[in-house]
Amino acid sequence: MTIAVASGKGGTGKTTVATSLAAFLARRGRRAQYVDCDVEEPNGHIFLKPDITDSRPVTVPVPQVGTGKCDGCGRCGQFCRFNAIVAINRTVITFDQLCHSCGGCVRVCPHGAIRERPVEIGRIESGTADGLQFTQGRLNIGSVRTPSLIRTLRHGLDPALVAVLDAPPGTSCPVVACVRDVDYVLLVTEPTPFGLHDLKLAAAMVQQLRRPPAVIVNRSGLGDQRTHAWCREHSIEILAEIPDDRRIAEAYSRDRILIDAVPEYEALFARIAERLSV
Amino acid sequence: MRVVVTAQQPRLDSLVDARFGRAACFVVVDTDTMEHRVVENNLIAPGGAGIGAGKTVIDTGAKVLLTGNCGPNAFRTLRAGGVEIYTGLTGTVRQAVEQYKVGRLTPAVDPSVQTHAGTGPQS
Amino acid sequence: MKELIVISGKGGTGKTSIVASFAALASHPVLADCDVDAADLHLVVAPRVRQESPFVGGVKARIVPDMCVDCGQCRDYCRFDAVIPPDGQNPSFRIDPSACEGCGVCERFCPTEAIVLEDAVNGRWFISDTRFGPMVHAELGIAEENSGKLVSLLRKQARDLAGQQGRSLLLVDGSPGIGCPVIASITGADLALLVTEPTLSGRHDLRRVVELTSHFHVPCAVCINKADINLEVAAQIAAEAAAGSVPVLAHIPYDNAVTQAQMVGRSLIEHSDGPASQAIRQLWDRTVAMLNSEKPQGDPYEDRHPAV
Repeated sequence: MTIAVASGKGGTGKTTVATSLAAFLARRGRRAQYVDCDVEEPNGHIFLKPDITDSRPVTVPVPQVGTGKCDGCGRCGQFCRFNAIVAINRTVITFDQLCHSCGGCVRVCPHGAIRERPVEIGRIESGTADGLQFTQGRLNIGSVRTPSLIRTLRHGLDPALVAVLDAPPGTSCPVVACVRDVDYVLLVTEPTPFGLHDLKLAAAMVQQLRRPPAVIVNRSGLGDQRTHAWCREHSIEILAEIPDDRRIAEAYSRDRILIDAVPEYEALFARIAERLSV
Repeated sequence: MRVVVTAQQPRLDSLVDARFGRAACFVVVDTDTMEHRVVENNLIAPGGAGIGAGKTVIDTGAKVLLTGNCGPNAFRTLRAGGVEIYTGLTGTVRQAVEQYKVGRLTPAVDPSVQTHAGTGPQS
Repeated sequence: MKELIVISGKGGTGKTSIVASFAALASHPVLADCDVDAADLHLVVAPRVRQESPFVGGVKARIVPDMCVDCGQCRDYCRFDAVIPPDGQNPSFRIDPSACEGCGVCERFCPTEAIVLEDAVNGRWFISDTRFGPMVHAELGIAEENSGKLVSLLRKQARDLAGQQGRSLLLVDGSPGIGCPVIASITGADLALLVTEPTLSGRHDLRRVVELTSHFHVPCAVCINKADINLEVAAQIAAEAAAGSVPVLAHIPYDNAVTQAQMVGRSLIEHSDGPASQAIRQLWDRTVAMLNSEKPQGDPYEDRHPAV
């Protein structure tokens, strides 16, 4: 089973929810993994404090032209839509950072002159934290291949474990790469105008991907009931409400997961797990 | 001979556009007659503006580019096409061509800016 | 004209709230909301749209069912898992637009030419009026690629507007993170103000963003928001910034008034005179001072007018 924890907006409490949910499941004896898919700014490790035992580079293929076979026909450059390979006056130059790794240039070359070579875009690190499997992706600064790294993370999941995916913020393609084909999407929001606006965008994204959304209202009591009314109108279930409790903000600022800092909230995560039949 | 100048407007009297990759347009000038034509900058691809612009300039057949700045991707592309690049040009297109004709300019040996420099505000 | 961009490594640090207050404090700014993935500034500044345009970011593939012979080769070629085979509800192969990256391989190699590539309208962009000044903003479509091209377009439009109307400050609400949209929003800015929180995540994110601004030669300064939820970490962040010669322009205390202002659709400055509001006024003064003292980025011929 895969559960993605997402939100339209950053800072609503995705990591707070994802880390506690994953830790809760592991402590209750479920075989579980936490996967930090926010590869531009992975934060889960700060709270789960895993013992990292494996770190490996993630690469994507980019074209390499074998000058012996290339006759400068230029078909590769004509094909590429991203300006990653260009043919100028019968020589071919490549721009790795623009390449989408589609493999098209390799296929269109009539002389088989193009091979693919790997370039590193980031790393995947894994280990354990108190019986919970932990994995995170970390994108190299300056790389733009966020979705590729997230797809690699997803492909590497152990299917025998319940996976809690900590998604990147927003609704654009990195989030889609994380949320596609998961079993459940939990949308974390806060009951403010900014929160509701971004929740609507996130819900539309999830519905476009045909995943069933459910909402977790964080910092409940901070704003008003507009968010709740909207969820009711659109038949989206609110699985849990986490109150606007200063202890939670303090726990976060002290790098503690919520259920450790304020154990009475374990019951809330037990309810979430039960509603998801996990 | 033919030179290409980046321009804010499609005219000889336009100010030089300091950007290359995202230049508003290119003016191709015959230095002997000062006849000129304008070539659009087609910014279709989501990225690689400097490369696309480089290809456009190379396709004009000109071997000289006069511009404000030139980033690393554009630089590589233009050099592969045998184009000499002159950066730091200001004033009008006509004035830039005159400066070139008088022989006061030195070709650039390196890109003058980082990638994406042309996406920000231009003076 | 000066350009100030407000960014943060992670979301939720209060970047947009600060931009809204700056808009209220500045005289005659032009606003640009470059956080196109989760644009929120309009909820406070209430733009009246004057001009709306579609934004085409690339192309998407589409299979024409009448010409498709179900060979499935496109699925073998596609590296993005964008080809969906027939199932109970759909009798033909389909392209999933949220996965398609517009590379064109399937269209090229389809044996019956059953695939077309079409301009993808990825979003819409707007030029609007607000009570603070004109604003350029956009909505990126759901699940679309945020390549930075839209952000570049917005900045150019905002820049042109400022020129036409003789405005001397462009105030930009930037994107979170470190990817292409952020790069497209910060290059060439006169000053990037990084907003962070006193948490370890805030610290980590700040480091990554400082590296990014330095990589692109954009001067930066820091503001620590909700500083009193952890004074110790706030002090650590301040020390780290100082060690890296990055000025810390303010510590803003946590204040309920921030959310209250949002609830009534006002910027904090308009709504409250409380501790956070006062801290933001000070922050603004220091930011303007830094903007006016910075040498212009790059071009030596740029006129220098003080930002207002």
